[in-house]
Amino acid sequence: MTIDTQISKAVLEEEVYKILADVYDPEIPVLSIIDLGIVKNVEVSIGHDQSKTSVVTITPTYSGCPAMDVIAFSIRTSLAQHNYHVIIKQQLSPAWTTDWMTAQGKDKLKAYGIAPPQLQAKRLEKLFEEAEPIVCPRCNSDNTSMISEFGSTACKALHQCNDCKEPFDHFKCH
Amino acid sequence: MEEVFLQDYILHLADNSLIMGHRLSEWTGHGPMLEQDIALSNIALDLIGQSRNFYQYAAKVKNALSQDDLTKETEDTLAYLRNDAAFKNDVLAELPNGDWGQTILKLYLFSTFQLLLYQQLKNSTDASLAAIAEKSLKETSYHVRWSAEWVIRLGDGTDESRQRMMNGLTSIKLFINELFYTTSYEAHCAKHNIGIDPSTLKEEWISRVRTVLEEATLPFEIDTDSPVETIGKNGDHTKHLQHLLDDMQMLQRSFPGCEW
Repeated sequence: MTIDTQISKAVLEEEVYKILADVYDPEIPVLSIIDLGIVKNVEVSIGHDQSKTSVVTITPTYSGCPAMDVIAFSIRTSLAQHNYHVIIKQQLSPAWTTDWMTAQGKDKLKAYGIAPPQLQAKRLEKLFEEAEPIVCPRCNSDNTSMISEFGSTACKALHQCNDCKEPFDHFKCH
Repeated sequence: MEEVFLQDYILHLADNSLIMGHRLSEWTGHGPMLEQDIALSNIALDLIGQSRNFYQYAAKVKNALSQDDLTKETEDTLAYLRNDAAFKNDVLAELPNGDWGQTILKLYLFSTFQLLLYQQLKNSTDASLAAIAEKSLKETSYHVRWSAEWVIRLGDGTDESRQRMMNGLTSIKLFINELFYTTSYEAHCAKHNIGIDPSTLKEEWISRVRTVLEEATLPFEIDTDSPVETIGKNGDHTKHLQHLLDDMQMLQRSFPGCEW
């Protein structure tokens, strides 16, 4: 491979990442798939006819997350608009963790009203173990309680703030 | 290693997750309270998602084995177009839900088994099985914790909730031993360090379940040495599986290939 193709590949890969930063999670529309940390790798190859092929490796958040099919579809259409052939690979190991969510993604979540996952938060193991209090994304009080470990989607739990009384979603540590 | 054993083993893992997940999904919209309805639906979704990962891998293995160019298996053909005798799930998974207590108890006993299985399977020399096990493990830990808490809450609850848990245990206890029965494909895959011999999980399962049932003030009335009569893992099922499949497969059988 010549240095020129290496450079143009690196430029194209950067372009692909930029395009992917505009692909959003359909269930949490403020988070891009880059924010979520589910894009594991991008590789671009250039054919003899100068056609561009992008291999995007993604990892699912939860095994049954229905958003994954929609996300894969959005990746295809977004890259196709920029004249890429698209190959999507799914990688299960290492298993996705909320620790891969970007700091920017967590800020966006909080602004949207969803308490973000804490970095390397303690996982509950013992039965009836109380979760550490989750800070209310609206009033920042830590006087909150969990209503249900399972919320509106597989990745969220339902909490309530005892001060401002608002119920809120918490993006669970996973 | 004969690939046909691997194929059967993957299908067994897939069928267990799918049938259990489908059964639990029957609670959607019927849970005793909204939060728990959502919890059970989420667990069902996890299980169906796990089964998709197994079916996709099973389809790959099956297609590589097949001489037939025109019949290609997919996750959908495997889930929707096989008859009951081709399913390799444990009978426990296909049993009707019964009441809330029975459902929770069954989920607890089943998830505890799945947890121990995945903990071992994540070290499989088969990279795909190891990856699916690693991924599923996180979700299954949730299922065990959630269902164990409910078993304790209901067993050590009111007279009625305790009685219902006792009835639930009576209804399903005969189907527990199949979990630890080793089929020929499991033995073969275990021998090649690809799969797990389920009989090796029995002791740890008993010890964990005993602790939780004790805390729930429920007797451990499971005879873990009685012979296994119906071996779902070898395609021998109760009539309940056919009823479940009638419902689950109806759309694809009536309108093959339909999507929405």
